[in-house]
Amino acid sequence: MTIEWEVVIGLEIHAQLATRSKIFSASPTAFGAAPNVQANLVDLGYPGVLPVLNGEAVRMAARFGLAVGGKVARRSVFARKNYFYPDLPKGYQISQYELPVVEDGTVDIVLDDGLRKTIGITRAHLEEDAGKSLHEGLGAHTGIDLNRAGTPLLEIVSEPDMRSAREAIAYMKKIHTLVRYLEICDGNMQEGSFRCDANVSVRHKGKHEYGTRCEIKNLNSFRYVEKAINYEVTRQVDILEGGGSIVQETRLFDPDRNETRSMRSKEEANDYRYFPDPDLLPLVLEDGWIERVRASLPELPDEKAGRFVGEFGLSEYDAGVLTASRETAAYYEGVVGALGGEHKLVANWIMGDLSGFLNRDGLEIGQSRIDAERLSGLLRRIVDDTISGKIAKEVLEAMWESGLGADEIIDAKGLRQITDSGAIERVVAEVMESNPRQLADFRSGKDKLFGFFVGQVMKATGGKANPAQVNELLKRLLPGG
Amino acid sequence: MSLHLKSAAELGRGIRAGEYSSEEVARHFLDRIDQGNDRLNAFVTVTAERALEDARRADAAIKAGEGGALTGVPLAHKDIFCTSKILTTCGSKMLSNFVSPYDATVVERLAAAGTVLLGKTNMDEFAMGSSNETSFYGPVRNPWDENRVPGGSSGGSAAAVAARLAPVATGTDTGGSIRQPAALTGLTGVKPTYGRVSRYGMIAFASSLDQGGVLAQSAEDAALLLEAIAGFDPRDSTSVDAPVPAYATQLDRPVKGLKVGIIREFFGEGLDPATGDAVQAALEVYRSLGAELVELSLPALPLSVPTYYVVAPAECSSNLSRFDGVRFGYRCEDPKDLLDLYTRSRGEGFGAEVKRRIMTGTYVLSAGYYDAYYLKAQKVRNLINADFKRAFTEVDVLLGPTCPTPAFGIGAKVDDPITMYLNDIYTIGANLAGLPALSAPCGLVDGLPVGLQVIGPHFAESRVLAVAHAYQRETDWHRRIPPAWA
Repeated sequence: MTIEWEVVIGLEIHAQLATRSKIFSASPTAFGAAPNVQANLVDLGYPGVLPVLNGEAVRMAARFGLAVGGKVARRSVFARKNYFYPDLPKGYQISQYELPVVEDGTVDIVLDDGLRKTIGITRAHLEEDAGKSLHEGLGAHTGIDLNRAGTPLLEIVSEPDMRSAREAIAYMKKIHTLVRYLEICDGNMQEGSFRCDANVSVRHKGKHEYGTRCEIKNLNSFRYVEKAINYEVTRQVDILEGGGSIVQETRLFDPDRNETRSMRSKEEANDYRYFPDPDLLPLVLEDGWIERVRASLPELPDEKAGRFVGEFGLSEYDAGVLTASRETAAYYEGVVGALGGEHKLVANWIMGDLSGFLNRDGLEIGQSRIDAERLSGLLRRIVDDTISGKIAKEVLEAMWESGLGADEIIDAKGLRQITDSGAIERVVAEVMESNPRQLADFRSGKDKLFGFFVGQVMKATGGKANPAQVNELLKRLLPGG
Repeated sequence: MSLHLKSAAELGRGIRAGEYSSEEVARHFLDRIDQGNDRLNAFVTVTAERALEDARRADAAIKAGEGGALTGVPLAHKDIFCTSKILTTCGSKMLSNFVSPYDATVVERLAAAGTVLLGKTNMDEFAMGSSNETSFYGPVRNPWDENRVPGGSSGGSAAAVAARLAPVATGTDTGGSIRQPAALTGLTGVKPTYGRVSRYGMIAFASSLDQGGVLAQSAEDAALLLEAIAGFDPRDSTSVDAPVPAYATQLDRPVKGLKVGIIREFFGEGLDPATGDAVQAALEVYRSLGAELVELSLPALPLSVPTYYVVAPAECSSNLSRFDGVRFGYRCEDPKDLLDLYTRSRGEGFGAEVKRRIMTGTYVLSAGYYDAYYLKAQKVRNLINADFKRAFTEVDVLLGPTCPTPAFGIGAKVDDPITMYLNDIYTIGANLAGLPALSAPCGLVDGLPVGLQVIGPHFAESRVLAVAHAYQRETDWHRRIPPAWA
């Protein structure tokens, strides 16, 4: 008898908040500066210095809490998490422990079968990031770069609600979308602005208690999350099926070897000796302030997708793709607005040809070489029959390469569609005359040859003949008699 | 009258009136330090050149018609306040090489007031001690009897002012570290309300208890200095944004009709009878001035010492984690690896009392012990707060002894930390509750000063100072100077 295993996953996502300065000091947070130039005395943990909370980080945490339908705490407390490490200058990290700023939220994810699933968010709390240890090019020494020390993080802790790596990815992507909609995190995973720890366990399907979990630290790409979880699930199942038991521990994912490795066991874990930070007063948020934050929230991705389906008649799938980032949605709405409608046409062009070029050149939609206004200029020429969809693809490519507008290219290349039915009829007649064999075959029942004649007419007109008119004429003329 | 016999206020007036220059005053005190510091060990660093520069700048300001009550007045800073370009040791080997890149807010404000910096005073290591014997720089001697301690942790500041090596000095008070040495050396020492004086640049011992203040010759001088250092500081989240009264102008408020609470728990077992008598005599002075004396009980107060010795070590165990040999301060020779760097730098850089408190604090915060110790201590702290709050619905101020005994002998209690800790039994309550409190001299017992403690409700510094000032107008204990230093 084979046992069916159920996977249980919870994620702790660290989203770096997009504040200009650090969470407890005035140092800038920009990425990529030379080591330690963005670390002031507070970040260096000098004797006598004190933390002062950055109000903007609090506002961002509240935006997140409200967006996931969570409770924004009227009173939350900063605590010290004590441990020694050279990249942790004070010997403690300021975080929130017993009373976080956000509790009890949810987000919905869409599963592969199209069904929705609600994932619980236990809490989200504010904390400061640590610095970095540098090993390259320093010989036997280790360098410390404290630029990142004190960078504000929102740690978003999910319930153990996910049952597969794919669900975990869907959840992580949902949060990724959300924090960028809210403009509280740039979502840049390569720079570490958005990363997660995954808690993974397995249990017999149908069992109520959770299995012993392992925590996989510091996963900074969706792909790694998927690989690490899948590796970890196989590892745990192999151990359990071999009669062994899982040791609760912290593990690291090695992307080069595609495996997770033990970092420290529960016994070796630090006792962090959390206690309320006496240098910071409890964070008290007033109802009026929270309501002002709520009023400032943008339309969120789920609402927007619902509107795209309900008002624009898009499919759930299309609406999902077009709202996956705030920039894509804004682009889409920009084109639709300029055209005064044509929702489906615009959706197809953005999700099809335009995203093809973006992917090819590795660009985000915000960096597109054709902005919403120029794309709408092109699509307008399809709508008003100036060009066919096929010609439009050619024009789009030329626009992408040249930076010119659709009309300039259409005129320069003489791509204006032929809509003069007399002219098209003359071409049709010529084509029929020069292909007598195919004509005879068609007339004896080979219907498939209709497409051949369409192709010949389009070829003869350089693709410029209005396809609808060509179809209509061929339908009338080919049967003869 | 010789310059060192003048109060800070008098010196300020004399300098402004052109009776003598700030430079003359500075030279006078520098000479006294030069002659006396070897005996007392009150200063860790003497900043003679800086003092003369400051003084000349003050003299120029006065000449230009600028400056205020403190312009040109010399002072000393407890070596816990960060001072740029000058060592800030905190009485520890750990910071024996530490030059702060910035000035503490208190230092900055007093410099802006035109004061002249004579030097940095000795203290118990990281302010942990009640006798100044835990300093890496050796014990400070009490000018009233050089075989006795001056109290601590602001013992260097106390000895310096008592011996008139400086007219006034700053201090910090976490469990009595201003009031206890003030009492043992015959000074007026003020610990303001928690949040009244910025802690920015004051090296933290126990953040929820630490408060900067002054050790002075009188309530008048204390008021003058406090006015200069008090006030909101955006760099300290626990500093309170409330206006600072002109303390020095509010000293003459009468005590007639004032309701004075006498805490029964402060007059029980453990109080030296002669000290008790001196305090009783002071209470009689208040009665004669028309104050109404009310005896009352604060039942949770006897728990303040055990509460304090959980809360303060817990906070210090975390606050002192930054001293790890990585970025500043003492680093051991040739560390083999990271763990060796940490353990030897800290093991060699900290003294015994600091280590004892770090270990105690680490223990009470540990998983499994947190609730039984730290959390329980916080609950008791709330009870103590509530006791004081209730008391201040009945009375305007509380009066009692500052310390159970006069100064004890150097070495007498070093091997018995519990007895040493009990020396702060009357002072700790005000720290736990964040209340303003002051010690003023109220007598001599066998030639040693004893202190009267005045505790007020939050932000009632003006009242506390006025209560002390009323007493000082009637008595001259605050004018007594150790005979050897007159």
